[in-house]
Amino acid sequence: MAVAEATRAGETPAVLPAAGKASRARWLVVAVPYVWLALLFFVPFLIVIKISFSVTAVAQPPYTPVIGLSQGIAGLIDAFRQFTVDNYVWLTEDALYARAYLSSLVIAVVSTGLVLLVGYPIAYGMARASKTWQPTLLMLVILPFWTSFLIRVYSWIGILKKEGLLNQFLLWVGVIHEPLTILNTNWAVYIGIVYSYLPFMVLPLYAALERLDPTLLEAAADLGCRPVSAFWRITFPLSLPGVIAGCFLVFIPVTGEFVIPDLLGGSDTLMIGKTLWTEFFKNRDWPLASAVAVILLLILVVPIVIFQNRAARSEGGVPV
Amino acid sequence: MAAPAVGPVRRGFAPWNDPAAAPFIEFRSVTKRFGDFVAVDQLSLTIYEREFFALLGPSGCGKTTLMRMVAGFEEPSEGEVLLDGQSLAGVPPYRRPTNMMFQSYALFPHMTVEANIAFGLKQDRMPRADIDARVEEMLTLVKLKPFAKRKPHQLSGGQKQRVALARSLAKKPKVLLLDEPLAALDKKLREETQFELTDIQQTLGLTFLIVTHDQEEAMTVADRVAVMDQGRIMQVATPAEVYEQPNSRYVADFIGDINLLEGRITGNANGVVKLDCAETGKGIEIDQTVEANAGATAWLAIRPEKVAISLDPPADQSTNCTAGEVWDIGYLGDVSIYHVRLPSGVTVRSTVTNRTRLVERPITWEDKVWLSWSRDAGVMLTQ
Repeated sequence: MAVAEATRAGETPAVLPAAGKASRARWLVVAVPYVWLALLFFVPFLIVIKISFSVTAVAQPPYTPVIGLSQGIAGLIDAFRQFTVDNYVWLTEDALYARAYLSSLVIAVVSTGLVLLVGYPIAYGMARASKTWQPTLLMLVILPFWTSFLIRVYSWIGILKKEGLLNQFLLWVGVIHEPLTILNTNWAVYIGIVYSYLPFMVLPLYAALERLDPTLLEAAADLGCRPVSAFWRITFPLSLPGVIAGCFLVFIPVTGEFVIPDLLGGSDTLMIGKTLWTEFFKNRDWPLASAVAVILLLILVVPIVIFQNRAARSEGGVPV
Repeated sequence: MAAPAVGPVRRGFAPWNDPAAAPFIEFRSVTKRFGDFVAVDQLSLTIYEREFFALLGPSGCGKTTLMRMVAGFEEPSEGEVLLDGQSLAGVPPYRRPTNMMFQSYALFPHMTVEANIAFGLKQDRMPRADIDARVEEMLTLVKLKPFAKRKPHQLSGGQKQRVALARSLAKKPKVLLLDEPLAALDKKLREETQFELTDIQQTLGLTFLIVTHDQEEAMTVADRVAVMDQGRIMQVATPAEVYEQPNSRYVADFIGDINLLEGRITGNANGVVKLDCAETGKGIEIDQTVEANAGATAWLAIRPEKVAISLDPPADQSTNCTAGEVWDIGYLGDVSIYHVRLPSGVTVRSTVTNRTRLVERPITWEDKVWLSWSRDAGVMLTQ
């Protein structure tokens, strides 16, 4: 849309040569990210959609038809004729996929809630800390990214397994008398997700809370509002943009999460990311895996677009 | 928007002169320290009910800290603050019968104008109908009825200021605290609002405590002004007294424009102080009683509008006058300020009201002029 606007701006006859140059420069600035998105996101996604309408084949690549320009327009039309929706039909016929989507969404919703519960106090504490401490605290939140994500998830196996650190500690303290089975259950998946995605929640929340004018809380107190009530009536509503951003940043990748359920979850942990991986690498069914990916994208994109439209319509509702 | 202009000093209202009057807000040798910095230093002050009291001083003089101690955002390090005879020590801000209008207005950005005004009333669990009636009343008072459903970011600076005022008045506080309430408004709007503030204060019969660094604002709105410097009060008096009878060079210099002429006391008897002034090269005589010995240093503080400027010498050329050369003229429209340089190098300013439309001024640059003043025009200061 912005590209179209920029193009129009570029086409208007420039009164001054300098203005023309400026608008061309502006067009260039706008065009670069759009070209980037088009080449590295939109085109690959079109390829995925195309594969999702194909049929598996024992070949290289393992599907048919393969669109090639060697046969010209006729070849393209022929390829289009071979497209099928069988993969999507199959997704509705086998209950496994529906259950995997649903289970992924449930796990994503619950863990987003948990990450919010853990992350909000952390972000609040950081925003309230003295200005000299804040950069250090921010650094500590980002620090885990210095280590590979995979290694960090692996290390949780060492903590959560039967003879792991957590069980040893609980036995030593005397809270439990025999080791708990945490690894390879949904509990482990939740622990792994909360741990891994915490920074994605804390950072936008911190940004929102840090910007909050402390005078507003003084004004609330001055008008007879107790601190706890002031939190719910002033601080929390004003941090909502951060809450929403953090929830999106956690919810979207967790829905398609593969590594954590694969390493920490059990055989009964059903998530669509794992299903997709199985289809792609174990069954070598690229078309079906592509269809799974396309549906996953639709599940995630549609509600977000609806939400954003609403937010845009109630403009001014939440100052961002 | 024009409100009936009410004079800042009300006829007959002077509880500070009444020994029987009970203080309403009382600071008892209050000290406030932030680390090593002493913001308020052993300060005692009494403010009376229904008074419009101004704390005036440069930034960092402790005036805001003083106000925040009344609101409860700061606790005194030493001493205590009393409101209506009750100590405020340990009383949290949300239990104090004071409300504050913040310099930044601190309007809740996610609430409408109505909700902002109703906020404090809801905290008191007032019945819904009463809240609505009170909000309506406040909106009428500040003339913002058509804007009730707007959010703060949809308002102009002046409108935000009115919402802040309405919100802080809604709970009928015993004391309204105003922290630089008009600083963000442009000059014209500020002057209008100053008169509206005094009007509202007298209509509602509340005690107002205002903090400002703008001496004109303090003089316009307040019944009494406290001039502060470095955590101490230099003078507490009515605006007219502070202007005409400053008790120190600091106050004289801070309030308005002033000429200070240094001299040595040569005589001090029968209500007349005589000064030998090297700066003017002549004697100065002022009708005043001061406690100072002959030989001590003293200053004549005289406002520029009380110094007469003339091309002709005065009758008596030995005292209360001096001669010099016009160094600069500041034309301000209503008045002109003449900067006259004396042979001693000191510059004395004289303000002349431009009564007629002058195309050519009779006195102009580099003219030799005489400056003179009467015996009751200035104040003799010894500190």
